[in-house]
Amino acid sequence: MSMTTILQHCLTGISLGGAYALIAIGYTLVYGILRLINFAHGDIFMMAGYFMIFSLASFPWPAAILITLVVTTVMGIAIERIAYKPLREAPRMSIMISAIGVSYLLQNLSTYLFTAIPRGYPEIPFLKRIFRVGDLSASFVTVLTPLLTIVLVVILMTLIGRTKTGMAMRAVSKDFETAKLMGININAIVSVTFAIGSFLAAVGSILYFTDRMSVTPFSGTLPGLKCFVAAVFGGIGNIPGAVVGGFFIGIVETLLVALGYSTFSDAFTFLLLIVMLLVKPTGLFGEKSVEKV
Amino acid sequence: MSILEIRDLSVHYGGIVALDGISFSVKEGAIVTLIGANGAGKSTTLRTIMGLVHAAGGSVHYRGEKITGLDTRKIVEMGLVLVPEGRRVFPNLTVLENLKLGSYLQHTRHEARNLEHVYDLFPRLLERHWQLAGTLSGGEQQMLAVGRALMANPTMVMMDEPSLGLAPLVVKDIFSIIRRINGEGVTVLLIEQNANVALHTADYGYVLQTGSITLKGTGTELLENEEVKVAYLGKTR
Repeated sequence: MSMTTILQHCLTGISLGGAYALIAIGYTLVYGILRLINFAHGDIFMMAGYFMIFSLASFPWPAAILITLVVTTVMGIAIERIAYKPLREAPRMSIMISAIGVSYLLQNLSTYLFTAIPRGYPEIPFLKRIFRVGDLSASFVTVLTPLLTIVLVVILMTLIGRTKTGMAMRAVSKDFETAKLMGININAIVSVTFAIGSFLAAVGSILYFTDRMSVTPFSGTLPGLKCFVAAVFGGIGNIPGAVVGGFFIGIVETLLVALGYSTFSDAFTFLLLIVMLLVKPTGLFGEKSVEKV
Repeated sequence: MSILEIRDLSVHYGGIVALDGISFSVKEGAIVTLIGANGAGKSTTLRTIMGLVHAAGGSVHYRGEKITGLDTRKIVEMGLVLVPEGRRVFPNLTVLENLKLGSYLQHTRHEARNLEHVYDLFPRLLERHWQLAGTLSGGEQQMLAVGRALMANPTMVMMDEPSLGLAPLVVKDIFSIIRRINGEGVTVLLIEQNANVALHTADYGYVLQTGSITLKGTGTELLENEEVKVAYLGKTR
């Protein structure tokens, strides 16, 4: 393999990793606050794909992107309010099962509404523009994805580290009841968490599907699971961990495909999960004890 | 004038009766204590007043308004705060961030004023303001928990076992601070297993026994009461 080919594959891998990182953050944020693995997260990402297809059919791309981001964010908040919030006092397993239910609901609802036939993902002209540097060539989206991911992560970390809402999020993640005693509105903080997670999944969805051509009701399953693995790999509840996990899985997966092991690339992700859980269950940067008091 | 009025309050956990229709009141500007053994329902009483636990019956009135069933947030807004048992500082936040959270519902300009007041009461917190709260000693964490409650600029503070697990010297410090903030006009409701120190500090107190109020009296009266002496002050018959 020539140097150019290797670099080319690395670039593709980094780009895929960026999209994974954005989705993985959603898992890790929600887990951090509610100790819930939101199994519906991958399907929110898939729904964002359909939202983009339909909004781009009637609106220019800037408006279509905005609509997709807003509708996905609202959907994330609504799912929490309807399917998770009533179960907050219930045993943790109940809310987890509800999440699995929402996941299947979204898949089957979209099969019913949009059929299981793959729908072509529309081309956003400026994202598809081809860049050439020497022998390397890449579409704009490939370069944009990792950069945008880094920018969004920096903004998110600033929000959590420096603002009053971020402080409240960190407090709620440690101790619900004491946070209430401070006058923090727990429901509002949980909604903000789901809003951020879904918003990032929508951004990830646009970047991911632009490179993938089509969306089906099951397009969210595998990327969703992989990003969950990325979050666990990095240490679930830890944002930089999810980002590192996302990039790692994206890059390794792409390189495996490039080396001709494409049939093995998905298996690799789950092998990684098993090995990580055996060797270091808290993940790369995970805290030692994540159990709530 | 009583600032807090508990009438016939009862609480059930599943089938277990935790509070069996207790009534008591707290005079404005006083230090009042509720003493009782482990499991008597002291913490449950405070948690129910704050809206963290659902009351099965009865009512809580604060400054003449019924607050039973209100959101904790609303109650904090009305100037009633709780320093929870076991301090419960946020270990992953700095001392300053913990204090700021105490002022979560306050205007930013009030926050600065409250912070100055708290640093004046607890200079140690100013020294350690950048440190993670989880790295503080037990006594410092209790100071932080009290300081954090004061950041809400409360009219009344309820404290759940502030002496728990602290060295006697630190307990003395905490109680002198309690008297000091009371001197500044804040009403205090104190829950203690350490009945001795609580009754010496309080204007008057109640004895809570397995879900019911069994005795009432001034601090001195209760200290001299034979039953209290035997049950809570370690006197042998």
